[in-house]
Amino acid sequence: MGSITLTNIQKAYGAVHVLHDINLSIEEGEFVVFVGPSGCGKSTLLRVIAGLEKVTGGDLFIKGERVNDVSAADRGLAMVFQSYALYPHMTVRQNLAFGLENSGMAKAEIAERIGEAARMLEIDSYMDRRPGQLSGGQRQRVAIGRAIVRRPTAFLLDEPLSNLDAELRVSTRAEIAALHARLKSTMIYVTHDQVEAMTLANRIVVMRAGRIEQVGTPLDLYNAPANRFVAGFIGAPHMNFIEGEVLGATADGTTIRADDGSLIAVPVASTEVRVGDRVTLGIRPQHIALATGTAGIEAKVRMVEALGSETVIHAETLGQKMLAIVPGQRLLTSGDTIRLGLDAAPIHLFDAAGLRLATSGAQH
Amino acid sequence: MGNARGFLTRRKGGKGWHWTDIVTWVWLIGGLIVMFGPAVWLTFSSFKTPAALAEFPPSILPYVTQQVKVDGYEKPLALFEAKMPDGSTQVLAEVRRVGIVAQMVDPKAPGQIIRVNIADRQPVREIAFATENYTKPFTQFDFVQYLWNSVFVTVTATLITLIVNSMAAFALSKYEFKGRNAAMLVILATLMVPLSVILVPLYSIISTVGLFNNLWGVILPTVATPTGVFILRQYMLTIPDELIDAARMDKASEWQIYWRIILPLTAPALAVLAIFSVVWRWNDFLWPLIVLSRRELYTLQVGLSIYSGELNVQWHYILAMTVVTMIPVVLVFIFLQRFITTGIAGSGLK
Repeated sequence: MGSITLTNIQKAYGAVHVLHDINLSIEEGEFVVFVGPSGCGKSTLLRVIAGLEKVTGGDLFIKGERVNDVSAADRGLAMVFQSYALYPHMTVRQNLAFGLENSGMAKAEIAERIGEAARMLEIDSYMDRRPGQLSGGQRQRVAIGRAIVRRPTAFLLDEPLSNLDAELRVSTRAEIAALHARLKSTMIYVTHDQVEAMTLANRIVVMRAGRIEQVGTPLDLYNAPANRFVAGFIGAPHMNFIEGEVLGATADGTTIRADDGSLIAVPVASTEVRVGDRVTLGIRPQHIALATGTAGIEAKVRMVEALGSETVIHAETLGQKMLAIVPGQRLLTSGDTIRLGLDAAPIHLFDAAGLRLATSGAQH
Repeated sequence: MGNARGFLTRRKGGKGWHWTDIVTWVWLIGGLIVMFGPAVWLTFSSFKTPAALAEFPPSILPYVTQQVKVDGYEKPLALFEAKMPDGSTQVLAEVRRVGIVAQMVDPKAPGQIIRVNIADRQPVREIAFATENYTKPFTQFDFVQYLWNSVFVTVTATLITLIVNSMAAFALSKYEFKGRNAAMLVILATLMVPLSVILVPLYSIISTVGLFNNLWGVILPTVATPTGVFILRQYMLTIPDELIDAARMDKASEWQIYWRIILPLTAPALAVLAIFSVVWRWNDFLWPLIVLSRRELYTLQVGLSIYSGELNVQWHYILAMTVVTMIPVVLVFIFLQRFITTGIAGSGLK
């Protein structure tokens, strides 16, 4: 029995359907990340779980109890908002105490819980300041503190890092991971940043247009994306896609004629591929190697980003852009001709509908 | 003094006086006189005796003719500077006036009567404040009672206005319901109906519910103002909904959300409405005049009107009590104006 279970959850605003048949089971203590492009419904799903939005269909269970008609206050969840939503007219201490006072807790216990949270988050030194006098990182901590003191069944975090600068984001991300390890509570985290999703999650839920595309561990999603959307969304930079038509399919490999007419032979095979099918070939930039001689495909260098430890090559081939990341430093300039080797790479094949085809051959 | 001169002759920079400096100076000084002049004149005039008020040409400062006690005369006599036939001037006290001739005496030698043409004498004047203009209405008339009635009406009406209007504004800004915009429109539309139109129906309502000749009859019809609802609603719209969501997650009831989150955050707008409400209720005349017909219930403004009778207007009392009625409004502005300017303090969001 999952600690939070969603069955056929639907949400519509009038005629606009935002969530379609969401089925998901979240285990006790799990860190689940909802990820997807903006407008995919991930925040709405979180608000539905929180009780801030009413579902228009389906059932929601928390700890086995159906909570469709239970108010947000009584679901025992705590939420960290994207804007933090700290009460501007209250001090940090009052902000933390507000929720506890409302549930009629004794003063001594409130003080104890606040003290504990303050120590844990190192916010002791500014307990009597107001949110307006705090920096973004401090407000973030207070917002998390306000959730912690409630000792909720689950934490709901709605893009909590999006208002922080890049450096603070990385360190706060680590702190949230540490916090989860320490509290061992269920956390549901919404983000559009797939790096956050990959680093924090036990399981990632990839969403698009109100539907769940795939649920799995970060590496599952990376290694075996269910479809072209997940493949493109997970991993940075994005996966390269080459569209074409199958010319030959044998047990050793597949030959594809790309849309510009050139032929590519890849050492992956799928029993589901028929000659003449439209397929998309997916390959991650990190899996492309520089080839020599006549191996691989010819490409023109358009731009080179030398990052020191690795080199990002923006190349043009087969009438489209391809990105390759090769280790070390390469002396390349724009306009050079190189050969991109696809042989050693894990290559994914997607059918015309975008679904990934089971492949055999050179995998991982 | 040097500071004051430096302040008054401040220029926008550069070497000489630019024409915009002069225009600005004239504009600002002119504005000061236009706006502040009447108040100053009113204040000084309120200290004038009825005789000084009737004087022409009028003066800004309250002058009275100096009086002196002269031996052999019961009442104090008025002092005049008289031009003597030999061309010298002498300060004399007037005993009586007969036609165009004044009979005067020298206060130092009161035995001899000197006759002076009234055109040849000028009163010796000094500045004196007729404080009885203030003390008399309070001691001999019911002004303390009027003041109390006004304070009661103003304070009570303002408190109820703030609560009722902020509740309406909260509902109209933070709850989604059918007909929300229609309700807002209807409320705003009532702005176009002046008091004189609804005077008669309002009167029959008040008298039917038995609030005629009752201060509550003055208070209750005024407490729900479309202006107030509008000001507060527009301000509440700027309060992020996420704060309310956060409060809901924090187990706050809808009342607590209103009372502990929305109301404190609306303080600047509430201050503005409080100022408006105090000024409106304090200066209300027509409605209290209609509802209140017993003297002991009069508010200040109605009380003031009894000094201007059909035949006789007691300007000195009217002016003095006008100054008194101005004081609370001025105080309210002084204490609440910082709320208007501090306005939107950081909302606690990013």
